[in-house]
Amino acid sequence: MKSETNRMSAAEENPLLDEFTRKEYEFGFTTDIEADKVPPGLNEDVIRLISAKKNEPQWMLDWRLEAFRIWLGMEEPDWAHVQYEKPDYQAISYYSAPKSKVPLGSLDEVDPELRATMDKLGISMEEQKRLSGVAVDFVMDSVSVATSFKDKLAELGIIFCSMSEAIQEHPELVRQHLGTVVPVKDNFFSALNSAVFTDGSFCYIPKGTKCPMELSTYFRINEAGTGQFERTLLVAEEGSYVSYLEGCTAPQRDENQLHAAVVELKAMDSAEIKYSTVQNWYPGDAQGKGGVFNFVTKRGICETRAKISWTQVETGSAVTWKYPSCILKGDGSVGEFYSVAVTNNAQQADTGTKMIHLGANTHSTIISKGISAGNSQNSYRGLVQIGPRARNARNFSQCDSLLMTDTSGAHTFPYIETKNPTAKVEHEATTSRIGEDQIFYCLQRGLTEEQAIGLIVNGYAKEVLNKLPMEFAVEARKLLTISLEGSVG
Amino acid sequence: MLKIENLHARIDDTEILKGLSLEMGAGEVHAIMGPNGSGKSTLASILAGREEYEVTEGSITFDGVDLLELDATERAVAGIFLAFQYPVEIPGVSNINFLRSALNSIREQREEAPLSGKDFLAKVKECAQLVELDGKLRDRSVNEGFSGGEKKRNEIFQMAMLEPKLAVLDETDSGLDIDALRIVSHGVNSMRNGGRSFLVITHYQRLLDHIVPDHVHVLAGGRIVHSGGKELALELEEKGYDWIVDTPAAQQA
Repeated sequence: MKSETNRMSAAEENPLLDEFTRKEYEFGFTTDIEADKVPPGLNEDVIRLISAKKNEPQWMLDWRLEAFRIWLGMEEPDWAHVQYEKPDYQAISYYSAPKSKVPLGSLDEVDPELRATMDKLGISMEEQKRLSGVAVDFVMDSVSVATSFKDKLAELGIIFCSMSEAIQEHPELVRQHLGTVVPVKDNFFSALNSAVFTDGSFCYIPKGTKCPMELSTYFRINEAGTGQFERTLLVAEEGSYVSYLEGCTAPQRDENQLHAAVVELKAMDSAEIKYSTVQNWYPGDAQGKGGVFNFVTKRGICETRAKISWTQVETGSAVTWKYPSCILKGDGSVGEFYSVAVTNNAQQADTGTKMIHLGANTHSTIISKGISAGNSQNSYRGLVQIGPRARNARNFSQCDSLLMTDTSGAHTFPYIETKNPTAKVEHEATTSRIGEDQIFYCLQRGLTEEQAIGLIVNGYAKEVLNKLPMEFAVEARKLLTISLEGSVG
Repeated sequence: MLKIENLHARIDDTEILKGLSLEMGAGEVHAIMGPNGSGKSTLASILAGREEYEVTEGSITFDGVDLLELDATERAVAGIFLAFQYPVEIPGVSNINFLRSALNSIREQREEAPLSGKDFLAKVKECAQLVELDGKLRDRSVNEGFSGGEKKRNEIFQMAMLEPKLAVLDETDSGLDIDALRIVSHGVNSMRNGGRSFLVITHYQRLLDHIVPDHVHVLAGGRIVHSGGKELALELEEKGYDWIVDTPAAQQA
């Protein structure tokens, strides 16, 4: 895997420059599919309705109702370095499902409209199947419409399905693990998600199994005014390995769309989970109107000698509130966080990670690259916590910020708490302005300004981009360049 | 091929070029010498299309085209190359990838097909040999961690790759030891031909021992105050600039 990405970096580093002509949000289209949707508002009846529509067992409904009661007593957090008008939670519709919901035997049975959407997203499943061996669980609005490669995975005992299906087919596993990494009452958004999540992905890798392909899910907000509450649970049993890809695009909207996902990862003894995200929610127009609010809770637990690696490329959303974290519970476990966060125009991002070292000899690495353009605000917020038992814990953090304009902001909020004197924690931070000299140098060699910025920014973010699986890295490079088009000032 | 007439230019509120005129034929090597602050590097920047400089009067014609109408990229496409006095570092972008992007961008704008990977690499090998640039430097990030001499050799390597019609060398000799000076000069000399012109900007005569110019000009106070053959460089080395700069022509400037 590693050698593959490295090889790619030399040959494919070149940003895909034919993409430059597009200035508008590239994936801003909507799919005209009739949706089955509940009226706006949130109360116990709505939750009962969601649960009933999904034909859920009683324990699931009880869990949701308990979460809802907890949520009612919580307040929306305001400590992040972002400003936005808080959503009216009673104005959101909490359930929307494409109506043509028949079990599909093959991709050919998928609604042609959906297929067209997938094509526009550049994730033609046939092609993905053939070229990259990626199994795609495509989530449109809240219900999975197609899942491929399932049989092949099933032979190995790997479960990769929608959360709804997991609740029906593998209730014991879901019940055992759901909410054990991100408790319901962890925060306002996790409680809300627990009450109303409609779908998401479930993944289970049995003991000693190396998942032979990258598992991939594409999320997409499709129905106007529909909140998205995805729930992802990934369990890697002892000695197993899985690489999971998550990518998001959303159509252009005038009202804000709320996305409050919860992702839970469990890496048992000596297991390894690699979780990669390319996030491209609609960021709103130049004034910030109409973008997606992305309030996500992502967390993983590492048992003894387990490893969790988060890699994220964040280019979208009007407001981002997201801290993929690792609880390094077991001795010798490893947590990694590699992030590129781009903000342009009026976007605001407050993102980072938490590395909680509980076990001895635990190691964590944080590489964060922020890029701010337009009038945007980009904050890194990270916590490195070393517990009293965490002898010889190590952390290395590097937080770099690149400013594209005078009117954008870059902020770093590192928190370090050490309760063990043998710990070694290193933090490095830099802030730089994209150089007129660098751009001119590129122009003088015959590159256009867009090409120059693409090259410089991709170079800056290379350490992180190289951590992505190849198909994703190509897409991420395109995204970086497109999202910064015309942004030097 | 290049004709500069009565060029006036300023940056912010300071006028730096004050009526500079210069004419160069195809295949010629012209040296521009002059004291510090005379406008040498300004001339190089203006030729390359740096926007901070405002041309207030005069004209520049390159191959019959009004150069001032072209932006920096278009000038590169038209065949102008500037070897920078202080080449910048671009972290994370390999030298080889940078050049490939540049070369193919130029070819695309000239409506030529992109160079195949094989042809590109063959050309890299050939041009790198010219300035003794080893493989490691080709694969490293653009100029990152390069010594002064390596940066200058890298500039000449890029020049060889891009094959310009007019190469402007802005104080390419500054910061070079004797060996590097010899290597860089050899690279430039092997690129001399009937169709390619060089404008060599330098403070010192020693570079012109290696790159022998057809014409030498003295730039002082924002204009060319004296022109001559290659022997003028030696004379300047010996006598300094004062004897020329103090002439009435220069004082007017």
